Amino acid sequence: MTETPPKQSERTLQVGLFVTCPVDLIRPSIGFATASLLEQAGCDVHAPPQSCCGQVAFNNGQPEETRALAWNIVEQFGEYDYVVIPSGSCGGTIKTHYPELFNKQDERHRAVVEFCEKVYELTTFLTQVLDYSPAQAGVDLSSQTVTYHDSCAGLRELGIKQQPRTLLKRCANLDVTEMQETDVCCGFGGTFCVKYSDVSNRMVGNKVNNIRQSGASMVLGGDLSCLLNIAGKLQRLEPDNPNRVQVRHIAEVLAGELNTPAIGESSSPVEKGE
Amino acid sequence: MSQVQIQETQPDFIIRSRAALEDNHLQEALEKAGSGFVYKRQAATERIGNFEQLRDQARRVRARALQHLDLYLLHFEKKVQQAGGQVHWAETPAQMRELVIGLCQEQNAKTATKGKSMVGEEVDLNEALEAAGVEPQETDLGEYVLQLAHERPSHIVAPALHKTKAQVQSLFRDNHALGERALDEVADIVNEARAVIRDRFLQADVGITGANMLIAETGTAAIVTNEGNGDLTATLPRTHIITTSIDKIVPTWEDASAILRVLGRSATGQDITTYTSFFTGARSQRDKDGPDQFHIVLLDNRRSELLGSEYEEMLHCIRCGACMNHCPVYQAVGGHSYNSVYPGPMGAVLTPLLRNEEQDNQLPNASTFCGRCESVCPVRIPLPGLMRKLRDREQREAKHANASTLAVKLFCRLSRHPALYRKLTQFSLKLVSMVRGQKPRFKKLPLMSDWTQHRDFPAPDKGSFQSQWQQRQKGKK
Repeated sequence: MTETPPKQSERTLQVGLFVTCPVDLIRPSIGFATASLLEQAGCDVHAPPQSCCGQVAFNNGQPEETRALAWNIVEQFGEYDYVVIPSGSCGGTIKTHYPELFNKQDERHRAVVEFCEKVYELTTFLTQVLDYSPAQAGVDLSSQTVTYHDSCAGLRELGIKQQPRTLLKRCANLDVTEMQETDVCCGFGGTFCVKYSDVSNRMVGNKVNNIRQSGASMVLGGDLSCLLNIAGKLQRLEPDNPNRVQVRHIAEVLAGELNTPAIGESSSPVEKGE
Repeated sequence: MSQVQIQETQPDFIIRSRAALEDNHLQEALEKAGSGFVYKRQAATERIGNFEQLRDQARRVRARALQHLDLYLLHFEKKVQQAGGQVHWAETPAQMRELVIGLCQEQNAKTATKGKSMVGEEVDLNEALEAAGVEPQETDLGEYVLQLAHERPSHIVAPALHKTKAQVQSLFRDNHALGERALDEVADIVNEARAVIRDRFLQADVGITGANMLIAETGTAAIVTNEGNGDLTATLPRTHIITTSIDKIVPTWEDASAILRVLGRSATGQDITTYTSFFTGARSQRDKDGPDQFHIVLLDNRRSELLGSEYEEMLHCIRCGACMNHCPVYQAVGGHSYNSVYPGPMGAVLTPLLRNEEQDNQLPNASTFCGRCESVCPVRIPLPGLMRKLRDREQREAKHANASTLAVKLFCRLSRHPALYRKLTQFSLKLVSMVRGQKPRFKKLPLMSDWTQHRDFPAPDKGSFQSQWQQRQKGKK
């Protein structure tokens, strides 16, 4: 008797979850929400040992260091059907830039290109690969005013614009209230925000003004780094306002996991930071 | 030129940008100009429908022109000569200044009217003319305002973008004998400048303009303006001198059209600028007017070194200014922060390549790589990619590593060993969790004051994702 291997469509998709360093170190709930979403969507989720995608080296003049980290990831995650990342920024580094780091003369070039074809940012994976639509919305946010920040790398390197809005409608019954200049950078920019902290501060100030003017009580996004920047500024500007805008990663909303306090907030409604 | 020197004493982008953020006049001017350019460009590209194809076409034209730049330049020179003009070659800014001054002195020129020329700004032509006894008279409204203010352009298309209306009014009050004339409306200001500049056109010995393109096919220089000052500068004096650079060449008129289709739309949201003028050679016997002498001075200034290099695409630039109009950094700090004729994203690439002084390394670093510049560039220059290459170059050539470079390296070395990384980060998180108590976020953090100076930082969870995930997997088994 010979065993016929199961067809791709019949077999459960094996997904490698690359959570990114900010999620790993600062807000693991986004990683768990992502895993839970992928499981709800019928995937087996694996999170092998992982660290940085190399973006910090790539953008700071260290191509050799980047290549070493990139090849690490290709090897660590190579065995899965797909690799899913709850970030357009790290996703963009891998999908858009890894292939250019290993030129055609490099024997690893083909492996890297093939690997990158399996790599997806979360909302793109859910809409374009799985066409995910839960039987019923996990949370109902239809009565809330929620706005969305389009993070730059996701928007311009990976074309993420409609995907989160489609999913928020399907999973949270939510129509996004658009802010002005939603596609303008929040001023994070990796090391930019500390090297050019005054310019960065102006940019995040503009972003926060636009968020407030939209009338939203919550702002969502697909990249924790931008959200740390935005939340930190909102909290600094209004430390004592219990009704200040809450900041969350889209994965938490899509997974229906709103019990975790919003970014930088405490579980009780008013608590002052140090 | 005292004010220019004050600006130049502090070359550091960080310090200049900090001052710019606190300059209320500048901030008012930036806010007024800011989104206007963005919306106008957007509307213009939507009106035409096939703008993305036009961008591709323009990019191909630029790539082809550079591929055979030597041949096109020589052909251009031949055609200019046939039309009774002369081409002069300047390898360096100093050579360009000498050539232009020499041409002015041949004509015993006392005054020279000037159309806007960024290459003229690049070589500090006005200062050199003044020193040689030729009075430069700017005729572009923005440049005229800046000449009164003794300032440099802060934008390659709208040179006086950093000035408020009130500042211009005050400059005119100080410099013009106004009498009864009003200055309340923008039209009054324009009329006031026109009244002064008009006479100068008629009296100038030499007219100096830039060029937006050089058409090799016929030896023609193309200039786009909205004020018509380029035409009057070029045609009224006996001598017309064009100061521009070798990269401006396009092979044919058809190619020039391809560039014009994207230039106005990208720059100001105009389908075409008010004036698009073409100048071929000196006045011939058939011509009723035009200059007797027609000179084109072409600057290299390291551009030829970029041909065939990893930075060649920067020479595609057609100087529309869309990148700076869409750049959140430029919009926050204005053009003078870049301490260069060329500000914004295109300047952040071009300045370190053409000038290459140590402080210029700041410029390609002062970007979040948001990519908005590349997304609007009419010839699709990968500006963030080129800035990244310049960051690589800076690190390659650095004599000693600074603290932030070492920190990045250390982090990367640790990251190469995920298991060790997990253990170390978990240990650090435990430490943080011990000191943080119940606080949801920090207002101050050691080593992160550049962040916490302006924003809070959330307290991390009790354990990293990886350690919690590991626990969860153990629990499942």
